[in-house]
Amino acid sequence: MRQLTIPLDDKTILSLKVGDPVLLSGIMITGRDAVHKWMVDTFIKETRQPQGDDREVYAAIKTLLVGGVIYHCGPVVSGLDTKDYRFVAAGPTTSTREEPYQGDVMRHFNVRGVIGKGGMGTKTLAACQEVPGVYFHAVGGAASWIAQTVERVLGVYKLDFGVPEALWVIAVKDFPAVVTMDSHGGSLHAEIEQKSKAVLEELLAKA
Amino acid sequence: MRDLTENILELIRLASTDLPPDVEASLRQAVEREAPGSAGRGALETILKNVELARQNSTPICQDTGTPIFYVYYPEGWSTRRLRDQIRSAIAEATARSYLRPNAVDALSGRNSGNNLGDDHFPTIHFEEVAEDALRIDLMLKGGGCENVGAQYSLPNSALGAGRDLAGVRKVVLDAVHKAQGKGCAPGVIGVAIGGDRGSSYSASKEVLFHELDERTPDLELAALEDRLTTEANQLGIGPMGFGGETTVLGTKITNLHRLPASYFVSVSYMCWAYRRRSMTVVGEVVSFA
Repeated sequence: MRQLTIPLDDKTILSLKVGDPVLLSGIMITGRDAVHKWMVDTFIKETRQPQGDDREVYAAIKTLLVGGVIYHCGPVVSGLDTKDYRFVAAGPTTSTREEPYQGDVMRHFNVRGVIGKGGMGTKTLAACQEVPGVYFHAVGGAASWIAQTVERVLGVYKLDFGVPEALWVIAVKDFPAVVTMDSHGGSLHAEIEQKSKAVLEELLAKA
Repeated sequence: MRDLTENILELIRLASTDLPPDVEASLRQAVEREAPGSAGRGALETILKNVELARQNSTPICQDTGTPIFYVYYPEGWSTRRLRDQIRSAIAEATARSYLRPNAVDALSGRNSGNNLGDDHFPTIHFEEVAEDALRIDLMLKGGGCENVGAQYSLPNSALGAGRDLAGVRKVVLDAVHKAQGKGCAPGVIGVAIGGDRGSSYSASKEVLFHELDERTPDLELAALEDRLTTEANQLGIGPMGFGGETTVLGTKITNLHRLPASYFVSVSYMCWAYRRRSMTVVGEVVSFA
């Protein structure tokens, strides 16, 4: 089990291979559907003018994301009324919805790690090779277990996106995941997809 | 009419935090089938530790507490209007207590209501008057990841060589499981409805998931197809979380509906391993949970 500390440097990223189990420690941010669309529309493709606190949020997350990690997660959070936030349940959400955005986000912010579930496609895999970066797979549904590794909630941005969609800044210790897409073009998801496709074709040929 | 809000709150807490025994037993059997040291086995071991922790701490098994889907079977004399109000109050309170994540998002504005109360369809509540004396409320929490990999086919489907018979049904269901890969949080349970219109077919494919894993359809031909689909889906080798392995699905449940001559729908609802369904029964003063 490799112990990794965020921010992640090139050497660490290049040493990671598909199948490696890891424990991540450091500061990461959550971001899913609304966040990815907001990042790309407002600051990468610039099809939308920055509004409200957009610029301040951008400046704040920019430093966190250099060599940093984005976690595809919509947590259950307690302490919403007192702002004494605590992650109660925090497993990964399906990453493939961020496929249209993820590669551009990784390049723009120099993000080195993406955590989610279900894997991602060729655009993200290409970005993993360029940046370089890796995709870490967390166990889907293991939300109470993973929430234990979130030691503190350091802050939240864009809470108006809703609790699941907000950008939560969290300090984690020994967050468990497996590398399923690496910076050398390896993807466990592409491999399983191909193998299972061959079996499916055999099964479809049977009566 | 008595107020069941507190009891319904307990039903929601149970559903979100305490995985049903049949599902947990099935996951424990699945661990033994995976190779020691494999990523698939590791995922199942983490899943089981999570199940125990969630039960112990009364915290959600999965952070996506899904769409709450209620089926209320009520004896004559109960007010469905009041029951609906009580269910909605319990949902809001369960959200405040972190048993549920605020999940109701306005489709146009993108605004999250913050308390899991949306329009008349959120939470989803079905009412049916029954001849018995007992009132029963079934609840399923179905997450978005697995809902997104559900599929509906209109047969015949020439790309898959699927005609309008059970052989065709088999082919499209296997295709749906393949397309889902690990994205629906495998190992899942497959709910299948044959027939109906698009709406009733999808609904029936979810309703069949209220049955326990070892409950069998009385139709012998469908029961044989359920077994075959489970075996063949597992041959795909997608495995827990899509990491590869022996267990891709925990089971298959099939139901059938009347259809129009022109239509032959096959609807597939994928239920993730976090197969959260619970039931409460009210007989006189006694409320029990299962």
